[in-house]
Amino acid sequence: MITVTDLTKRYARHTAVDHISFEVHKGQIVGFLGPNGAGKTTTMRMLTCFLSPTSGTATVAGFDVLEQSFEVKKRIGYLPEMPPLYPEMRTAEYLQFVGSLKGLSKTELAKRIDYVCERCAILDVKDKLLGKLSKGYRQRVGLAQAIIHNPDVLILDEPTSGLDPKQINETRELIKSLAGDHTIILSTHILPEVEQTCEQVIIINKGKLVATDSVSNLQNRARGAESLLVEVGARNGLIDPVKVQSRLELVSGVTRVALKNKRDNRSVFEVESRKGLVRGDLARVVVEAGWDLNELRPAAVSLEEVFLQLTGDAAAAPTEETVPAGVK
Amino acid sequence: MRNTWIICRKELRSYFVSPVAYLLLAMFAVIFGFFFWNILGFFVFRGMESQMRGQMMPMNVNEEVIRPLLSNISVIGLFLIPMITMRLFAEEKRTGTIELLATSPVSDVEVILGKWLSAVVLYASMLLLTALNFLFIFRYGHPDWKPLVIGYLGLLLQAGALLAIGTFISTLTKNQIIAGAATFGVCLLLWVLEWVSGYETATWARVMSYMSVITHFESFSKGLLDSKDAVFYVTLIFLGLFLTARSMESLRWRS
Repeated sequence: MITVTDLTKRYARHTAVDHISFEVHKGQIVGFLGPNGAGKTTTMRMLTCFLSPTSGTATVAGFDVLEQSFEVKKRIGYLPEMPPLYPEMRTAEYLQFVGSLKGLSKTELAKRIDYVCERCAILDVKDKLLGKLSKGYRQRVGLAQAIIHNPDVLILDEPTSGLDPKQINETRELIKSLAGDHTIILSTHILPEVEQTCEQVIIINKGKLVATDSVSNLQNRARGAESLLVEVGARNGLIDPVKVQSRLELVSGVTRVALKNKRDNRSVFEVESRKGLVRGDLARVVVEAGWDLNELRPAAVSLEEVFLQLTGDAAAAPTEETVPAGVK
Repeated sequence: MRNTWIICRKELRSYFVSPVAYLLLAMFAVIFGFFFWNILGFFVFRGMESQMRGQMMPMNVNEEVIRPLLSNISVIGLFLIPMITMRLFAEEKRTGTIELLATSPVSDVEVILGKWLSAVVLYASMLLLTALNFLFIFRYGHPDWKPLVIGYLGLLLQAGALLAIGTFISTLTKNQIIAGAATFGVCLLLWVLEWVSGYETATWARVMSYMSVITHFESFSKGLLDSKDAVFYVTLIFLGLFLTARSMESLRWRS
């Protein structure tokens, strides 16, 4: 649905987006993740034809954003970071204006307005002035505006920023429910949001693409180099955690062992290791030493860790490892 | 064309739901009323004077009331036009709604034309109010109506040109005050350029005074439809709107 190839946006002094390539398939929800100032908004603005790319191409539904921007605009619904509302208009009036701007006929428009108002739960503010709406409602009217013409592609720039937790959940549910009919790209710097709503993640940092992958794959990949939780117990008598720790540290591939939790006859350790088959060795070491191995499981990894790993200095050149764009 | 109309209607709505339109209409009506009363008063005074002297001087309503009145309105217009155009694009840029317009399937030209037209319609409605004053003249006198129509056409053309320039300036900034002040400066300059012709007849002075919008209103206020002057205004309209279009396009490169 969306193909981006070597997209670059250069300003006089800095490069906001630097040779980004990725692909989004029909019906997917894709999270566009990056710290503030990473180039998320710039990329989205190029996809919506608001900005022209310096070099590279992007196509939406098969149309080039530069050459066939008119066709692209017809198929895109866009919610900028600041919902583009006219404070002096009433909600229904505003949707009417946007709808007619998007080329809907009068009869179609009436139906669509009812539909989006219900979908976005803004029926009760239909006759209110947009300038008087609360932040949550403004965001929802913004979303209603984006879907009024039933676009193939929805581009949402930080749709949950500035909302309270309840509103954030509602907005996420709403976005999820829109997937399927629409292909959705949403940008955010909040990681759990991506974990909850998206199937695919595109991570960018300082204008460069860091990773594109599915959420579960990314978690798995990170987990490979991540930590394990090992619970060691002793059937008879007490156990000396220091002894266990030094024993575990001797296992090849283990980089760090930390005592997490200690009770009289069992201790939990967090073992960090490089990729490899440390689990078997760990188990063997514990059992051979005469202790019990109560539990051995991978510690849950949040995207946060993945993100820090990928964007941090520790992983200086992670781009080589990343799965090629577009792989599901 | 449909999109131009949609934009134009939206702009007119926001003029007329806010106090802007009413303030401008009221101000214009009051100032014009004052000028009308003044000029008419002077005309009546001169009529009485010539009667007292016992010699009837030939007096002409068109020449002595309508013409100075039209010239005066054209100058008042210069002061009010920045207030009409300053918000057109600056406001959209400030609130971010420009992103909606720029990502909707409408062309820049349609947006620009719609906005400019709404400004012209607002100005025209201001002019329409002043027509009330002329009803009195027609009630009590017998002026020729054709010069009046041409005069109004001139006013509209002149305003159209300045509104186009104001629209352009409004695309350059997010700040309405800056847009308004700059437009005011340019309008003022385009007026006073004509003054050099008062003491200088060299080519540069003639060129300068030719560029003044007031110079070209001269013939309209006399009731003459001079194509040279009409073309001047139309050219200025095109220039202003063209620059607006370029400026809109450059937004896509500069963000």
